[in-house]
Amino acid sequence: MARRRPDPLRRFHQARWDEEMIYELSVPGQRGVLVPRAEKAVVEAVGDGVSAIPDDLRRVRPPALPEVSQPRIVRHYARLSQETLGADITPDISMATCTMKYSPKVQEHIAARHPGLTEVHPLQPGETIQGILAILYRLERFLCEISGLDHFSFQPGGGAHAIFTNAAIMRAYHAARGEAGRDEIITTIFSHPANAAAPATAGYKVITLLPDEHGVPDLKALKAAVSERTAGLFITNPEDTGIYNPHIDAYVQVVHAAGGLCAYDQANANAVLGIARARECGFDLCHFNLHKTFSAPHGSMGPALGALGATAALEPFLPVPRITCDGQRYALDHDHPLSIGRVRSFLGNVPVALKAYAWILQHGFEGLREAAICSVLNSNYLEAEVCHIPGVTLPYARGQRRLEQVRFSWEKLREDTGVGTEDVKRRIADFGLQHYWTSHHPWVVPEPFTLEPCESYSKEDLDEYIGVLRQIANEAYADPEFVKNAPYNSSIHRVPEQFVDDPDRIAITWRQYLKKGWAQRQTQG
Amino acid sequence: MDRPKLGLVINPIAGIGGRVGLKGSDGPEILRLAMVRGAAPQAAARAAEALRAIVPLGDRIEVLTWPGPMGADLCRQLGMACRVGRGLGQGPTSGADTEAAARWIRDEAADLLLFAGGDGTARNVCAAVGEQIAVLGVPAGVKIHSAVFAVTPASAGIVARRFLEQTSRRCRPAEVMDIDEDAFRQGRVCARLFGSLCVPEDPSRLQGAKVGGGGGTGQGIEGIVATIVEQMQADPDGVYLIGPGTTTRAVKERLGIEGTLLGVDVVYGGRMAAKDADERTLLEWVADRRAYIIITIIGGQGHLFGRGNQQISPAVLRRVGTAHILVAATTEKLIGLGGRPLWVDTGDAELDRQLEGHIRVVTGYRSYTLCRVGR
Ligand SMILES: Cc1ncc(COP(=O)(O)O)c(C=O)c1O
Repeated sequence: MARRRPDPLRRFHQARWDEEMIYELSVPGQRGVLVPRAEKAVVEAVGDGVSAIPDDLRRVRPPALPEVSQPRIVRHYARLSQETLGADITPDISMATCTMKYSPKVQEHIAARHPGLTEVHPLQPGETIQGILAILYRLERFLCEISGLDHFSFQPGGGAHAIFTNAAIMRAYHAARGEAGRDEIITTIFSHPANAAAPATAGYKVITLLPDEHGVPDLKALKAAVSERTAGLFITNPEDTGIYNPHIDAYVQVVHAAGGLCAYDQANANAVLGIARARECGFDLCHFNLHKTFSAPHGSMGPALGALGATAALEPFLPVPRITCDGQRYALDHDHPLSIGRVRSFLGNVPVALKAYAWILQHGFEGLREAAICSVLNSNYLEAEVCHIPGVTLPYARGQRRLEQVRFSWEKLREDTGVGTEDVKRRIADFGLQHYWTSHHPWVVPEPFTLEPCESYSKEDLDEYIGVLRQIANEAYADPEFVKNAPYNSSIHRVPEQFVDDPDRIAITWRQYLKKGWAQRQTQG
Repeated sequence: MDRPKLGLVINPIAGIGGRVGLKGSDGPEILRLAMVRGAAPQAAARAAEALRAIVPLGDRIEVLTWPGPMGADLCRQLGMACRVGRGLGQGPTSGADTEAAARWIRDEAADLLLFAGGDGTARNVCAAVGEQIAVLGVPAGVKIHSAVFAVTPASAGIVARRFLEQTSRRCRPAEVMDIDEDAFRQGRVCARLFGSLCVPEDPSRLQGAKVGGGGGTGQGIEGIVATIVEQMQADPDGVYLIGPGTTTRAVKERLGIEGTLLGVDVVYGGRMAAKDADERTLLEWVADRRAYIIITIIGGQGHLFGRGNQQISPAVLRRVGTAHILVAATTEKLIGLGGRPLWVDTGDAELDRQLEGHIRVVTGYRSYTLCRVGR
């Protein structure tokens, strides 16, 4: 065990560079790389290269890219990276529902360097990418075993995309049975909001259920919600609160009895890996975020993959191509007339699938189960300690343990001191920790914060985190204004919360920034 | 550019009834009783807390206020320069003074009116200026049911300061509610909608927006309105009885109909058929036509029928049919009920029983939340 720090709190100060935007660094004529002229043989074979592009596809004006020398670009991005906090430099316990577990570096090396992955062309025929197909085929078998479902598709480029795809599969299924009138999806307010948003995007009406006094969705409400219009149920379990619904099979039965299908959002399956399966709960569809539960980096740190699982009855509707194996060779199979078609080009985010495949092999069945057990134990320890911090409460389901994540509340702290969860969140940055996740909007739990330590973090990491929260709570009781004016040691001291969602004030591209006139306003002071 | 102008109105007797257990301070008799029971005024202290964020602005802003305990005294005490309107005679202040002060501040084109008081004060401000200027309440009264108050006096100051410093100012209508104090003293809570004020958009610092966080509530309302209008268009021959509230008013605005905020309007063929109708008029309209009722949930108690919309009587409801009731509310409002069910109290027990169970509430574009209805 590592030497115990006498004081778990770190004296941290983040870099602050006052760095320009890359466009502001632009000097006409500066170059990062000088591209060599094409060799004679190449010119002879293809001409100047540009005239081969049809007129209506050719740019009229060159793109307005910044012109910056190579060292300056390197310095620019290195500086920006110093102004962020990421999973590699801070215990990322803060981002619950995101399952920010450690992503083993060896996987990055394979994904970034293996020529079998980096040097292939997306249009290469199946016979020439047997290795990739083998990995996808085997990963599909692993996930079938883990979920109990019969087939997987790796096309969706993220969790929300997988939910959208599930909604499309439900529609194709009902239409094939002559029940196209089923236009309603049911979900719950503590399920990830993608379960409402993605089916809505797919054209469904969405009905949301509220929790009962135990914090689980109201079964009576579900019974009142289902009808001949019900296409299906989209639900997470445990929900965002970390509360596990032990009667989930009863919910599935209600929907099945009404003729609907059930999709289990297992984006974050950390609580149940190797312990409970979608099949035994009765689900028809599910999805795993390989970029969370299966260790590929999540969020802005990497591309995503929502692996989508289905029962045999729904297999005809899965996206194409499907990957087949005749016992020796792997192939891409497009011949599925009832398929909903493609939801993504080519094979999807193969490097993410590779990382998940590697992670499963590293762990084996027992290892997956252990990951689940450790993540729940870590969370239970954190819950017990955080609940002793003054100002913290735990709404719903008194005395019932949460699983891999917990939604706490600072409501009492706010009543006592005026310091709310957004204030604490800003202060956390002063200790070198990632600002935490409050909850989706609107807040159902008042002044919420949601923590998820995963299996990756040690007791020392957890103690450091707990120590920081306790320190901030004490500060709030002693000097609320001090906390309200935080952060002090971060690269930005005041986020203008008033404006960050004001369409008139925000510019997320350089072009918008120019269009909205902010550049001029800055120089005029 | 002109300096931003801040109007300040303190109801000096707000909150007096609270600590001595009188559940409000409306009316001279209660005020006398409160004084007898040893109540101490605290509105000025609450306002001072709010002004802590404002004082450092110095003469970058102009402060407009009313004489003596209604603002001028406090400004002097805090060393804030202010321009004082003319009003206020001898004796205790009253709601009429609040109204006069608010009107003057509006006429002087203030950018924001900050008032310290409770629901009663909010009603006075509302009666005087309605949605004509931006208003924000410093919670200093006993009853705070209206959605026009900041969560604490200090946050009122922060919101006000940011609002004055901003170049693009965003406001939204917020409901002014009050409860019947006499009924409340007898143990019955009965909140009513009295109007609406225009408040700065700052979900995390405003009352009733406890459930807020980021993002305004505007989007939710837009989706709700679009859904209701779609449903109305699906049956253009129907008669629509539209109940009170800002959510339902937004539906009428979308239809280009100028309705009432507090009454029940009848819309037929896309036009206003009867404004602020009484029960008899409603019965006439629904007698031999297919009809629908569009209502919202008002304030924190979650009443669907029987509070503030009694015109929609049991007879009207029976005629329209319970399947033709459209309820609309933002998710924030539903969450604000804190897990309590919606209520019906139509005065007809049999009908209440029929309405019991679950109802779909429109909470966004083609989005519904299933809510329990109790009685
Ligand atoms: C439970 C759950 N479902 C769905 C999603 C959406 O996944 P993605 O962000 O990959 O679209 C998330 C992601 O945060 C999640 O936590």
